[in-house]
Amino acid sequence: MQKYGRELSVAMVLVALLLVLAVVAPAFYEPQPLLSRLAREAPTLVVACGVALVMVTRQIDISIGSVFALCGVCAGSLAAAGWPLVAVFGVTVLIGATLGAVNGALVAGLRLPSIVVTLATMVILREGLRWKQQGAFINLPDAWQWFGLSQRSGQITLIVCSVALLAVLAWASRNLAGGRFLYAVGSNAEAARLAGLRPQWVTLAVFVFMGALAAWAALLNIVQSPQVDPKSGTGLELKAIAAAVVGGVAVSGGRGNLWGVFVAVLLLACINPALTYLHVEAYWEKAIQGAVILLAVIFDGLRNRRQTT
Amino acid sequence: MAPLLQLSNVTKSFGAVRALRGVSFTLEPGEVHALLGENGAGKSTLIKVITGAHPLDDGEIQIGGQLITHLTPARARALGIACIYQQPALFPDLSVAENVALRLEKTSPVHGVRWAERQARAKELLHRIGAEIDPAAEVRTLSMPEQQLVEIACALGTGARVVIMDEPTASLTQKEQHLLFAVVRDLRSHGVGVIYISHRLEEIFALADRVTVLRDGQSVGTNPVDAINEAALIKMMVGREVSAIYPLAESAPGERVLSLTGVGCSTSGVHRIDLELRAGEILGLAGLVGAGRTELAQILFGLTPADAGEIRLGGQTIHIADPQSAVAQGIAYVPEDRRRHGVILEMPIAANVTMAIHSRLFPGTWLRDAAERALTLDFIRDLGVKAAGPQAPGGSLSGGNQQKIALARWLATKPRILILDEPTQGVDVGAKSEIYKTIRQLAADGLAVLMISSDLPEVLGMSDRLAVMRGGTIVAEFPRGADAHDVMAAALGQKKEAA
Repeated sequence: MQKYGRELSVAMVLVALLLVLAVVAPAFYEPQPLLSRLAREAPTLVVACGVALVMVTRQIDISIGSVFALCGVCAGSLAAAGWPLVAVFGVTVLIGATLGAVNGALVAGLRLPSIVVTLATMVILREGLRWKQQGAFINLPDAWQWFGLSQRSGQITLIVCSVALLAVLAWASRNLAGGRFLYAVGSNAEAARLAGLRPQWVTLAVFVFMGALAAWAALLNIVQSPQVDPKSGTGLELKAIAAAVVGGVAVSGGRGNLWGVFVAVLLLACINPALTYLHVEAYWEKAIQGAVILLAVIFDGLRNRRQTT
Repeated sequence: MAPLLQLSNVTKSFGAVRALRGVSFTLEPGEVHALLGENGAGKSTLIKVITGAHPLDDGEIQIGGQLITHLTPARARALGIACIYQQPALFPDLSVAENVALRLEKTSPVHGVRWAERQARAKELLHRIGAEIDPAAEVRTLSMPEQQLVEIACALGTGARVVIMDEPTASLTQKEQHLLFAVVRDLRSHGVGVIYISHRLEEIFALADRVTVLRDGQSVGTNPVDAINEAALIKMMVGREVSAIYPLAESAPGERVLSLTGVGCSTSGVHRIDLELRAGEILGLAGLVGAGRTELAQILFGLTPADAGEIRLGGQTIHIADPQSAVAQGIAYVPEDRRRHGVILEMPIAANVTMAIHSRLFPGTWLRDAAERALTLDFIRDLGVKAAGPQAPGGSLSGGNQQKIALARWLATKPRILILDEPTQGVDVGAKSEIYKTIRQLAADGLAVLMISSDLPEVLGMSDRLAVMRGGTIVAEFPRGADAHDVMAAALGQKKEAA
């Protein structure tokens, strides 16, 4: 109970919000808009999972929005060139992993601070993409949208894809030796090294994985519309980090649970439509999101203080 | 005239460890008062009490004849107490003059800075102690002794009446030492009281007026240096009897497992180590802090690989390049600072125990809870760990039990050689004797144990053989039953007197 306190309290806030909506704005639960909203959040969930794992290792990756955009454009170009879907997926994930490996090599190999490294790659990739694409959208082949399924089945497929991935990662982070390495390195890298682990390789691996997940998220994003927007993913890193923080992942590493991140993604995703349905002016949207993040951090701060004194 | 500083019956405990038990200490104006004691005798704690870093549990402090309650670091500084640590605490990116100014100037944040005045004052203070240091130089460009001189200049500038020097000559050359001694004598002639901590007995005789010896958190005695000799001082320092809590070996040591010839590592300053480890034997490694014992352990565990000499394991020459290869060779290292380097406090006991054997316990990387749990429960039983269960976080255990978990992690690797670095540091007496029994049992089971300890009775009591390190190399080796006096003398670098 104590152990999952954070996950439960975020879940309770979410349930409360959903109950309020059920009473005040039953229209929120109409299936089609609800499905669309959830499908739109599928890429966020995937990226948030990745960044949560990066944070558990006591690193941060803010280049994910740019990686996301670049991977989307690459996938779109390949698709437009007539590559089959499976090949496009494979190559795109590989590109994402490679970009992640660059971050990881700089952070783990040269021991540079990850916030600076990924800030640099974020800008480089974003601006490089702008120079290359000049803002031009890429038209996808018809068979691409919703994987060629109906909108409804396509959206369900996306949601299933992302939630299944989350479930697998949540299980793996608890039940695979590799997952435990992330927590050990994030808690105390020096102790992990003295225990015979290789913190640098663990760090590299988590960045590679992050890149691959950003690519996967980009793929789940582009199939939702007929065109690929080269400016997509702007601000995605902040959204993902916010979800991880609200979900109980410690910025200081070593603590966090992917199910908490899942609940937090849902909570943050519900805030916007809730405001609309509750007739709160849209200007408040960001402020309220910020307040939720701040509350989460204050909650952590108070809990830590109680533990140490 | 009232003494500058008077401590009466000062007591200080950290948890179960009683660091100071009723210490009384006086510092007169114009006196150099040396403080001597083994590692862990309570010298640093005493200093921290005087500088206000640790509040005292009991007893009283008088400064300049005035009773002080609730001494804080700021208050101590205001009352004229300055401390010069072994590692100078300066701001490396600021200039010497700025560092001096930060200690001396009390201005509001919007107050203008008079740069010329700052430079001039720093220059004057440095000149007074005879140091040739450019006040405009960045501190990071200075050598360690130069930084110490800057610290002393700061202390002078604050008008300190009590100056504490913690092993100030540890990193100084002969010439710099003489300069420092001149500065100390100059301070004394100005009525300043100096508390001088050093392991070098010859310095104490050259410089000090009186000497106080601490042992086990108690003052063993204060004497004028004229009225005492080195042998008497060493006797006061070691004093204790080796008690019966140390279990003895029941069989002779077995075959040679590890042998080092001329091993050295230029990065850590360890050189020309010749050493042999036998199965079933506990080899103690004694010496003072900074003698290179931990550094030697780190060579053997591949943290700072050796770049000279030869390491032979069971007759074969090996190269230990990193911890992974050390583990593969059957070498285990339980590090000194278990909270920082040993047990991962946030993780469960079970995860801590299996940390070093993942690939063996979980082939194919699946974690198998049942196997992990069974193994952890075995260790909890065998080592007598007091814990709520295998899933309790490492941080919930007491110091002694954390140490047992750190030990369990390495025993799980089934090593041939076990290196223990200060295995009972900060552990209470009861847990100590359990750890001793465990170590002896491990040796009896055929492990070669290398035990580093600063606790002289412990290392004397546990070791079948004892090597003493000083200045990065082994200076003496003793069989079981060595005399504490001889060991201490070797660690201090005293020539053996003709008996």
